[in-house]
Order: sequence, then C-alpha cells, then structure tokens
Amino acid sequence: MNALALATRGLDKSFGSLVVAKDIELKLPQGERYALIGPNGAGKTTLINLMTGMLKPDRGHIFLGEKDITALKPEERVKCGLVRTFQINTLFPHLSALEAVTLTVCERRGYARSWWRKLPAYGDAVEEAHAILVSLRLAASCYRPTRELAYGQQRLLEIALALATKPKVLLLDEPAAGVPQGESAELFSVISDLSRDIAVLFIEHDMNVVFRFAHRIIVMVGGRILVEGTPREIAADVRVRDVYLGGTRHG
Amino acid sequence: MTPFTLSEPQRHLEAQIRWQPVELAFWLATLLPFVFAPNYLVLASQIAITALFALSLDLILGYAGIVSLGHAAYFGFGSYTAGLIAKWGWGEPLTGLAAAAVAAGVLGYATSFIIARFRHLALIMITLGLGLLLAEAANSAGWLTGGADGLQGVRMWKLFGAFQFDLYGTTAYTYSLTILFLAFLLARRLINSPFGLALRGIRENAVRMPAIGAPSPAHIRKIYTIAAVMAGVAGGLLAQTTETVSLETLGFARSADVLVILILGGAGRLYGGLVGAIIYMVARDQFSGINPQYWYFWIGTLLIAVVLFLPNGVLGGLTRLMRLVRSAA
Amino acid sequence: MIASAFGVLFDGFAYGMLLFLLSVGLSVTLGMMNFVNLAHCSFAMLGGFVTVTLTNDLGWPFLASLPLAFLSAALVSIALERVLYRRLYGASDLAQCLLTIGIVFVSVAVAAYIYGTIQQPVNLPSYLRGSVAIMGQSLGVYRLFLIGVSIVITAVLVAALEFTRFGAQVRAAVDNQRMARGLGIDVDRVFAVTFALGSGLAGLGGALAIEIVGLDHAFAFTYLIYVLIVVAVGGLGSIAGSFVAASLLGISDMAGKYYFPELGAFLIYFVMVALLMWRPLGLFGRR
Repeated sequence: MNALALATRGLDKSFGSLVVAKDIELKLPQGERYALIGPNGAGKTTLINLMTGMLKPDRGHIFLGEKDITALKPEERVKCGLVRTFQINTLFPHLSALEAVTLTVCERRGYARSWWRKLPAYGDAVEEAHAILVSLRLAASCYRPTRELAYGQQRLLEIALALATKPKVLLLDEPAAGVPQGESAELFSVISDLSRDIAVLFIEHDMNVVFRFAHRIIVMVGGRILVEGTPREIAADVRVRDVYLGGTRHG
Repeated sequence: MTPFTLSEPQRHLEAQIRWQPVELAFWLATLLPFVFAPNYLVLASQIAITALFALSLDLILGYAGIVSLGHAAYFGFGSYTAGLIAKWGWGEPLTGLAAAAVAAGVLGYATSFIIARFRHLALIMITLGLGLLLAEAANSAGWLTGGADGLQGVRMWKLFGAFQFDLYGTTAYTYSLTILFLAFLLARRLINSPFGLALRGIRENAVRMPAIGAPSPAHIRKIYTIAAVMAGVAGGLLAQTTETVSLETLGFARSADVLVILILGGAGRLYGGLVGAIIYMVARDQFSGINPQYWYFWIGTLLIAVVLFLPNGVLGGLTRLMRLVRSAA
Repeated sequence: MIASAFGVLFDGFAYGMLLFLLSVGLSVTLGMMNFVNLAHCSFAMLGGFVTVTLTNDLGWPFLASLPLAFLSAALVSIALERVLYRRLYGASDLAQCLLTIGIVFVSVAVAAYIYGTIQQPVNLPSYLRGSVAIMGQSLGVYRLFLIGVSIVITAVLVAALEFTRFGAQVRAAVDNQRMARGLGIDVDRVFAVTFALGSGLAGLGGALAIEIVGLDHAFAFTYLIYVLIVVAVGGLGSIAGSFVAASLLGISDMAGKYYFPELGAFLIYFVMVALLMWRPLGLFGRR
C-alpha cells in the first residue's frame, strides 16, 4: 500500500443526541480512487465537512500525510492540499468560469492580496486557469457568467475550481449529482483521468459508477464505517447487502 | 506589457476593464458646473463629497457584500478629526485631510476585526451598534465635539497657500472633485486587481471562498480599512469645506442615506454611488423648500420601489434597457 | 427626588416589560423566516396612534382602545405581509433591510403629516394614575398595571407555544424550517399568522408605551434600536430570551440614566456590542 494521503483517527461528532460520526478511522492512500457509499443520512457529507474543517469534530484527529490538520481552518487545509467539491453547486453565479478559476489560482499563488496591478497582468495565473478549463472541455464557454452555464458544465466547474488549488487529496461530494446517467460516466472518466498524484475520495449513489471507478469502497451506515474493501469484497458482503436491500434504508 | 503579447483570455479580461468613452464623458461632465452653474458650486461640492462617501460604501457593500448600517462612523470620525485639527490652529487642508484619513483608517482597521467575524443579521446589528456607540460617545463628549451645537471655530487656511475657501464654492468644488477623482482611480484600480476579484468572490459566495483556499477574513479586513479611509476623507472634506462639524455626520440617518444613495444608483458598479449621489442631492436641493418629513416619505417610497422593481439600481436598469434596445435592433 | 435602588429596579423592570411587548414578535418571526424586519416598530407606532386618536379625539376609554391598537397593527401587518414582505422571502438581507427601512421612512412621514412632530398626550383613567405604597415603597399604579399585563401575556404566549397545535407548528418552523415543510406544515401560513400576532403585540406595546416613554412620529426609529438590542441579546425565536433580555435592558438603561446621566445611551450600546461579540447568537441562541 502507498503512504497515506489522508487519515482520520477516532473522529466523533454529534448534534445533541443525534450521532453523525462515531469513531471514524479512514485511510486514503496516495493516488488511490476510493468511493464512500451508504444510505441517505449515513453521515457521508458530514464526514467530508469534518475532514475539510467546515465542522469541528467533538473528538479525534485528521491527518494530511504526516501532518495533523485538526486545528487548521478550512482555507488553511486547502493550502495544504485537502480540497472538496460540493453536492449542490456552490459556485460564483456572476463570475465567469475563467474569473472563478483565475481567482482560485491567484489565491494559491498569493496574488490575491495584490490590489495595484490589474488582473490581466498576471498572465501566468490566467493561462493556468484557462488551461484547466481547456482540459475539462469548458474553454468554449469560459467567458460566460457561471449562472448561464449548462448544469453539467457547472458540475465540471466545481471540479475545475478544486483542481486549480493543486490538491493532493480531492473529496468529491456526489460530483455527478443531477447529471443524466449517460453524462455521469463521462464526468467520472474525467475524474479517473486525473493525475495519479491526487488521491480521490468520492461519494456516489450510482453503484455502476462506483464499481467501475473505485479501487476500494468504504460503506458508512448511521455515522459509522460499516466495512471497507475492494469492489469485489463489497459486492459479496452480506452486511452491505442488508443495508441496501433490508429495511434500514429510508428517506 | 504590450497588448500584442496578451493571450486570448487575457485580452478578454482586459476588454472588461478598459476605459469606456462614456466614462470619459462622465468625468468631463463633472466640470460643467464651473461654466454653466457657477451658483451651484457649493451644492456640487457636497455632491462630490457624498459621492466619495457612497463610493467607499460601494467597496464594502457592492464588491464584498458587507451590509453596513453604520458606515457614517468613519465619515464622522474623519470629519471631527479634520475639524478639530483646524480648530486647534492647524488649518492646512491637505495635511488635515491626511490626518482624517489616518484616523478613520485606524478606527476602520480596529473594527474590521469585529466585522470580519460576522455575516447576515449579526453583521447588520454590529455595524448599527458600532455606529450608534460612536455617535453617542461624540454626544457625551461635548467638551471635545461641541455636542449638539456642533464643532464651532473651524478655520481653514488657503489651499496650497493660494486658494481661499470662498462663499461661491469654487475652491471647495475643485478640491472635492479632485479628491473624488483620485479616490475613484484608486477604487477602479483596486476592483480590477486580483484582490478585487477575490472581493467579488466573497460577495458571490462566501461559503465557497474557504473551499478554494481563500482567507476571506483577511480580505474583508483589508477592504474594510480602505473603505474606512475613503469615508474618513469624505468626512474630512465636508468639515473643511463647510468649516463646521455636526453630530449628524455620525448619525444613523447619514448611514441610511448613503445606503439609499448607493442602492438607488446601483451597488457594485463603481459609478452607482456617483450617479446615486447626483440624483439624490439634486432632488433634495430642489425639494428643500418642503418639509423634511415629506422628503422621507418619497425616499421611503423610492426605496421600496427600487428594491421591488429595480434591484440593480438606476445603472442596472439602464444596462438592462440598453441590452433590450440592442437585441431589438 | 430620592429614588431607592428598589425604585430604579421597579421602574426599570416595568420599562423592560414594555420592551418585551415591543420586541417579542420580531424575535419569533426573525427566528422563523430570518426576515430582517426593521419596520417592526412602525407597527408599534401605529398602535400608539390608534390609542391616541380613540381616547383623545373620540373619547374612548383607555382600556377599550388597547384591543383596537392590537387589531389595527395586526391587520395592517397582514396587508403588508401579503403585498410587500412575501416577495422578499429568501431575498438578500440587504434587500429586506432596505425594503423595511423604506417602510419606516414612509410610516414616520405619514405620522408626522397626520399628527405633527409633537409628543402625543394620552388620557389615562384615574384608577391607573398615581401610586400606591407597598411595603413602604411607593410604586406607580400604571407601571404595576404594565407589569401585570406583560406577565399575563407572557404566560399566555408560553402556554400557547407549549400546549397548542399551532404553537407546536411555530416551534417546528423556528427550529428547522425545511424539516417543518417536510412534515407538511404550511410554514408560510404559520409565519403570516405569527407575523400578525407579533405585530399586534407591538401595536399593544406602542399603546402602552405612550405613558412611559411618550409617542411622536419618530417612535418607529427611536425604539427600533432598543427592539433590535433585545432580539440580538435574547437570541432569535426565544420568548424566554426576549423576556430576560428586555428586563435586563430596561433595568440597566434606567439605572444608567439615573446613576450616569452624562453617558446617555452610550452604556447600552456598549453592552449590546460587547454582548454580540461575545455571543453573536444572543444569550439564548442555539444555532
């Protein structure tokens, strides 16, 4: 197994009496593609929120590589290379795709503090942003305001923003949510083509996609990790089948 | 860097921020009062000062999405600083203005740490509370501020030792307009920079900013301080050109007025505050004969109408109209 | 005049009860819809002027005018909710803020047009005037009456919220609007009714306020600040929070004015800002 890119140790979180994460021990090796699955309300998005610092855990630690990042702010974690996308498009409606990605690149390169030279003068940042948009086949509409982009393009822009931060670990929260089935495979092929320097953990409900693109699968139920294994192991696991076919699924 | 070396995306971004002919026309038009309305230069000077104040609010509200109900705090602080320095015997305008800028900037920087921690309702309350706090402090410190009677005995020296602040407002308007134009250049530069883009990012989606590695609080502290400096300069100009300072410069009504002016003109478009200030101040001058209560009736009605029917202000409405005309042609 | 600490406490508490009536509606509706309604005190002012007109011009008894102060504020709020507020649910804070400031401006101007800019007198019946001696302390009858009314209303509100079906819906909507909708609660209707009740209470508060703090055209502005402080300090959507915050504010404002008159309202604003910084969600805020 490669060195770990991301790991959690004993992560707990509850809202009042509702336990949303209990003793989470997650290990994501470098360069791997892991899927995080589980019924609605299992705590998948909460786990991403905990790892990226949008929620504070009650207990436990989060490690990015060797480094304990539990106390860092979300933007500091991004600077360290831990980046997420959102299940519901969380974009900048009136910025063009080019502006949004350029902004992200500027933040990474430390240009965003500069307020004297005009934006186009930062050719390297603009070029890098444009190259990312080209690679995700968004170049044709990159000058249009984000809110005018087609839904599928907005999903790609979510990923473009994440890539512009140069992540080491990418957490994708249902990247294909709302995208028609035919296009979702296309979107995932983009994801699987990503550089092998990036470790990816994605939440996805479509089992065809999960089994096709994930190297290993983590199954969450009721705020706990039920089991982790290769797609073959997961497909054969009785407990997992119970969760998905039995009565526990609701909502 | 010469335009020939720009890549296509760069050229695209460049085109968005190029000076437009209409902008040049606007600034040339600001000189017209000298020729056509020499009796209204005092009013023109007040408009320029109000426009500068609205521009400073635009930087935080229009660009960074920070709603403030207490922006007059910095205006009034600058006003009292400039007024007191002149009253204590140093009537040189430019250094007095610089002192107003520094004082308001220090206050802005100190309060920016509070501002950056809040959003939404809490932010509105905090800005309101801070504004009231300062107004009340000025009211209590009558020995310093003159209290409800206002600050008396402000005497300005000649500008550059040559130009007297006269009754006709020639010097006042030249002075205010020049400062406004310089501040505008600064603001224009700033919003077209990477930092300006980051501010628009905060306005568009504050939640996403940390997820792309952006330290929003640091950006907010910076722009809030810059806006406070600009508001302080506007206040200082008012004190120097009118040679008096009243408690009203700190009041809630002034914070509300500047908000109305900016919204009327159109927030987030640089010229919004300027256009709003012209419309508002000219209208108030025209209706100055009527009871101020009725003035507020129409301002209130106008606010409701703008919010419901013209959410991007006069400039936003004009832009939309132009687009309609163009697509029809 | 020698006012004992107890006297200051008593007057302050009565004043606090007034602030509670004025603000409790805003607290609940803010907690439910997150609608920044800066025009809340315009409804209070309306109630005040209704009572002034009924008692002074039409010769109604003071007590009989109070239900009408409540009703008129509630009815006008229903109309405004339908015509204006409803369009801006989910709009930005700024838009809500501006719309309601616009309403405040208009209401202040209309009040000045009809009633002028002077303080309005109110004719209290003789049995509400003067003071009584209780345990050696001389207490204003009207203030006792005010405290009594407020405590009864608080009890009714708490009971209604805890024990009625509608109260349960209100609590659900304040707690989690999306989940309440999911449970089939018509949140818009619940909000409209709550909004009307809250505005009505403000109207009643406005009527009761005349004797204590006076009434003029600027009331909608002057007391907006106090109401916002109560809401901010008490926390959104919390009746208990509003009650405690209003009492504290009333007592400390009264004590401040009595013991440190030269500071004016400075002390109150300072306490508000400090409290907000310490606990942005208010003393009783949960979210």
